[in-house]
Amino acid sequence: MAEVSADAPTRGEAIRAIPVRHPWRWVAAVLVLAFVASAVYTVATAPNLRWEIVQHYLFQHRVLLGVGGTIELTVLAMLIGIALGALMAVMRLSSNPVMSAVSWFYIWFFRGTPVLVQLFFWWNLPLILPTIGLPGHQTETVKLITPLAAALLGLGLNEGAYMAEIVRAGIISVDPGQTEAAMALGMQRSVILQRIVLPQAMRVIIPPTGNETISMLKTSSLAFIAQFPELFRVTTEIAAFNFRIVELLIVGSFWYLVCTSILTVGQYYLERYFARGSQRDLPLTPWQRLRRNAFAFHSGAVPR
Amino acid sequence: MTAAQMVKAEAVHKSFGRLEVLRGIDVEVEPREVMCIIGPSGSGKSTFLRCINHLEKIDAGRLWVDGELVGYRQQGDRLFELPDREVCKKRSEIGMVFQRFNLFPHMTALENVIEAPIRVKGDAKDASVSRARQLLERVGLAEKIHAYPNQLSGGQQQRVAIARALAMQPKLMLFDEPTSALDPELVGEVLDVMRGLAKDGMTMIVVTHEMGFAREVGDSLVFMDGGVIVEKGKPRDVIANPQHERTKSFLSKVL
Repeated sequence: MAEVSADAPTRGEAIRAIPVRHPWRWVAAVLVLAFVASAVYTVATAPNLRWEIVQHYLFQHRVLLGVGGTIELTVLAMLIGIALGALMAVMRLSSNPVMSAVSWFYIWFFRGTPVLVQLFFWWNLPLILPTIGLPGHQTETVKLITPLAAALLGLGLNEGAYMAEIVRAGIISVDPGQTEAAMALGMQRSVILQRIVLPQAMRVIIPPTGNETISMLKTSSLAFIAQFPELFRVTTEIAAFNFRIVELLIVGSFWYLVCTSILTVGQYYLERYFARGSQRDLPLTPWQRLRRNAFAFHSGAVPR
Repeated sequence: MTAAQMVKAEAVHKSFGRLEVLRGIDVEVEPREVMCIIGPSGSGKSTFLRCINHLEKIDAGRLWVDGELVGYRQQGDRLFELPDREVCKKRSEIGMVFQRFNLFPHMTALENVIEAPIRVKGDAKDASVSRARQLLERVGLAEKIHAYPNQLSGGQQQRVAIARALAMQPKLMLFDEPTSALDPELVGEVLDVMRGLAKDGMTMIVVTHEMGFAREVGDSLVFMDGGVIVEKGKPRDVIANPQHERTKSFLSKVL
C-alpha cells in the first residue's frame, strides 16, 4: 500500500498556485491595438473621404434593392448548386458507368472554366443561337436569357460542380460499416443513402457548404456583366454618376459583411443540429451561455 | 432437396483478387441449430458468414438458405443473378450482428430498432415502436431507449444491435465476433442475450473466440483454417478431443 503522510492537511484541497505569467501576450495586444487604431484613424480622417455620402447611400432605396438582388441570386444559385451537386455526387459514386462518366465530365468542364467566362457565355448565347427549343416549339433565345436566367445558369452550374465534390467527400467519409449494417437489414440503396449515409455525411458537407454560400454571396457580384441589378452593380452605377467611388465601395462592403455575418450564425446552428449523436452533450450556444451567466449573476451565484 | 436445412453450403469458393479466402466449404445447419465457428484470423470465418446473406458474392459452389439459392435463381441448369430488390428481401430475413456494432449514430436506440421494420417491411410506426420497446426490454435496455449509441457502453450497443436485427423477425441470425470489441467485463451481458435467443430456438451461426459459449450453447462446432473446414463435430468432442493437428495447436493457444 502506498504510504499516506500523517500530517497531510492539504489532502483533497483545491490547488491554489500562482499562474505562469505571459508578458508577451500583453506586448502583442498593445502592438496590434496601436496598429489598428492608427489604421482606423488614417481612414476615418482621410481628407477626401466624405462619410456623409456613405451615410446617405447606406440605406438608400436603390442600394437596398441591390442587397435584395444579391441575396436572391445567392439563394437561388446555391439551391441549384446544392441540388445539382447532390445529384452529380450520387451519379459519380453510382455503379452505372454511364452515370459516373456523365458526372465526371460535368465536374471537369464546369470546374475547369472560369465562372466569369461561363456567365459571359450564357449572357451571349443569343449571339450564336437566335432560337432555341424542340423542333416545332422554338422560342427566341433573347427572351429566355434574361439577366436573372443568365446569372443563375452561370453561377448555379458552376456551383454544382464544386458542390458535387463536397457532397462526394461527405458520402465517402461515412464508415462503410454503416452501409453494410443497413444492407444486412435488407435496405435498398436509395433508402440507405437517404436515411443512413446522407444524414451522417451532412456533418462533413455543411462547413464547406457554408463556405461556398459566403463565397457565392460575393461571387454573385460577377453577375453585373449579365446586367443583373445586384449590390455591386448598383453601387458602381451610382459611383459612375457621382464619382464617389470609395464611399460607395464602403457602402457595398458594409452590406456584404452584414450578410456574411448572418450566414455565419446560421451555419453555426445548422452544424449543431447535425452534430446530434456525435457528442455526448452539445456545448451551450453563445446565447445560452450569456443567458445562464446573466441568470447566475442575478441570483448571486458565481458564473462559471 | 435441401428444404430441411436452414443453411447448406456445397463447395463454396471465394477469392479477393488473387487471394483465395474460401477454398471449398461444405456445411449444413439445421433449423434451431446453434453452430459456432472458430479458427485463426484470416481463416475465412467472417467471409463465409458474409456470403450467407450475400454481402459477398461467391465465386464457385452453391449456397442455400432455407431451401433457396443465395443471390441467384436457377432455371433448368442456368443461373440468373437476382435483382437488387430481391436480394434485399432475402437479406431482410437474415439478421446480422457485427463485431463493431455498426449502430446508426444519428439515431437513438429506439430509432435504430424501428428503422428497418418501417423502411423495409413497411410496418406501421406505432406497431414498430411497441415491438421495439419489447425487444429492447428483452435485451435489458428498457431505460436506454432514447439514448444515442455513443451514450451507451459497448455491451449496451451490441445488445441494441441484436434487438435491431431481431426486429426484422429473422429466421436465421449471423453473429460476426459479437464480443471481440468488448471490454472483458461486458462480454457476459451480450452472451447472456445470445444464450436466451438460442434457448428460444433461433437458428444461429456464431463466429466467436468464446470457447466457453461454444461449448455450453453450441450444438455444433466448426474449426476453419486456410479457407477450409478442418474439423466439425459436437463442441465438447472437438474441444476435448480434437482429431487434427491444426485443431490441436489452435485450441492449445486459445484454451
